Amino acid sequence: MGEPVIDVRGLTVELGERPVLHGVDFRVSAGEVVTLLGANGSGKSTLVRAVVGLVPAVAGHIELFGQPLRTFRDWARIGYVPQRTTASGGVPATVREVVSSGRLARRMPFAPARRADREAVDRAIDMVGLADRADDGIHTLSGGQQQRTLIARAAAGEPDVLVLDEPNAGVDQRSQEAFARSLRTFVAAGHTVLLVLHEMGPLAPLVSRGVVLDAGHVVRDGPVQKPVATGPTSSEAAAATTAAGVPNDHPHRSDDETGPFGWTS
Amino acid sequence: MDFLTLDFLDYPHMQRALIAALLTGLAAPAVGTYLVHRRLALMGDGIGHVALTGVAVGLLTGWAPVWTAVVVAIAGAVTIELVRAHGKASADVALAMLFYGGIAGGVLLTGLAGSTAATLNTYLFGSITTVSQDDLWVIGILAVVVIALSIGLGPQLFAVCQDEEFARACGLPVRLYSIMIAVMAAVTVAVAMRTVGLLLVSALMVVPVATSMQLTRGFRATFVLALSLGLVPSLAGVVFSYYADVAPGASIVVTALVGFALAWPLGTALRRRRQARRSNGEDPRVTGTHVTAEDHAHQHDENCGHPAVEHGDHTDYLHDGHLHAAHGKHYDEH
Repeated sequence: MGEPVIDVRGLTVELGERPVLHGVDFRVSAGEVVTLLGANGSGKSTLVRAVVGLVPAVAGHIELFGQPLRTFRDWARIGYVPQRTTASGGVPATVREVVSSGRLARRMPFAPARRADREAVDRAIDMVGLADRADDGIHTLSGGQQQRTLIARAAAGEPDVLVLDEPNAGVDQRSQEAFARSLRTFVAAGHTVLLVLHEMGPLAPLVSRGVVLDAGHVVRDGPVQKPVATGPTSSEAAAATTAAGVPNDHPHRSDDETGPFGWTS
Repeated sequence: MDFLTLDFLDYPHMQRALIAALLTGLAAPAVGTYLVHRRLALMGDGIGHVALTGVAVGLLTGWAPVWTAVVVAIAGAVTIELVRAHGKASADVALAMLFYGGIAGGVLLTGLAGSTAATLNTYLFGSITTVSQDDLWVIGILAVVVIALSIGLGPQLFAVCQDEEFARACGLPVRLYSIMIAVMAAVTVAVAMRTVGLLLVSALMVVPVATSMQLTRGFRATFVLALSLGLVPSLAGVVFSYYADVAPGASIVVTALVGFALAWPLGTALRRRRQARRSNGEDPRVTGTHVTAEDHAHQHDENCGHPAVEHGDHTDYLHDGHLHAAHGKHYDEH
């Protein structure tokens, strides 16, 4: 694998005196798609929040692209997708306005948006399939569409790595499949992904490595195989092999088989 | 009909009052849009109460009340913001304590200064006859700075109010921007003190935004419309109080609320129409299972220059942000 993108060594994090992570060692290399798995309260969200600098480390060391987190300034290389619940304002905002925020790491204060900014925003909205809703208020969208808006916001910054915190929580199947397809496109361009997942769902075929956390310790770190030997996700992972984003989810070889829309090749 | 003669424009104090109302009417909703977006709509109210202590300090010491109000209001607003950001006490309790302390301190110090309740009233509810030439300079400079910041830093402030965590993960100086919003609110309170008054300034920050939200879908549109919905009642309210001899704060806020009452049914009808017209709006290239690439003349192969990706039993090619897979005579979106 390529250069280290995220390098965590001996990370200990406390939230209000309560220890959440205990000396976690964790690495993501360029081009990998890594999922963090584990039960609620196992510390997986806290780990990604520490990686993007939202919660301070009590002990240990975090490097992003070979640079210590403390001095890391190249935030445009990281696209963070928080859990949907953190994002809502009292004033309506359109999909395009929210996605445009994703360009801010690349924009100077007081400078108007450039052509490149607007084009990247359009591409990101197109990637998650919301081009027709770009000028609608996000409060009029379904939960899954709102989640895709947040993914587009992160993608609009044209990051090298996407960090997603439970992107599929409370999201309908259609949006999960749309997300799997968007993510495949992102990964195909050589980018890196770190995901917190409760269940693999349609994403299972994309994932190159799974890290399982339990009570703040890494208990398993290795390639995701089907069926997964241990961990709480084995049944979901096995069940997911028929979902979208999986090879052969529609006919390729058989010339006389009818496609999903009644179309024959 | 006296209204048509515009004779009030001949009076210097009315000219000053109208200029102050114009600046207040723009600055208050500009800051107010960010406060409402952050769900801190009552922050302006809390700062207004604290600023009363600032006014009283001015009355007691003989310094210009507008300056002492600015200084004390900024101190109060920054305190509120720091307490909120650290989460040591919940934000509403912090605001409540500032309400009480500000009012009590203001009345106490005004009494010690020997000023009357009538003097205090001109600060609480505005007074069109009391805007001095010096006041106008201070109001003008501060209001222009507030309006320029709220427009120039619009994208940054929007991001901080919309999703603080994401803004931090973008590397934005979130604490700096948060304090800046608090300071802008404090300055606006001091600016608005002569027109709408300290007790009603928060209404001019919130009501035009609430009215605007009835009619708009996006943040920027809400912001722009709120400025005009703040400007019109401010000017109209000052003119009305010239004729009716009431405190301008009351007539400004009542006018703004009338605007809201008119916009409410209009907004409901508008939303219903949009709802009916909205299509599902999903892009089948992203959500569908088998989707053909539109009119694809280009032939993908190992040498075509598009990055190739193995996908199960076949190869996809990355083309303008879409993955293409050969399928018979055409290409599929994958």
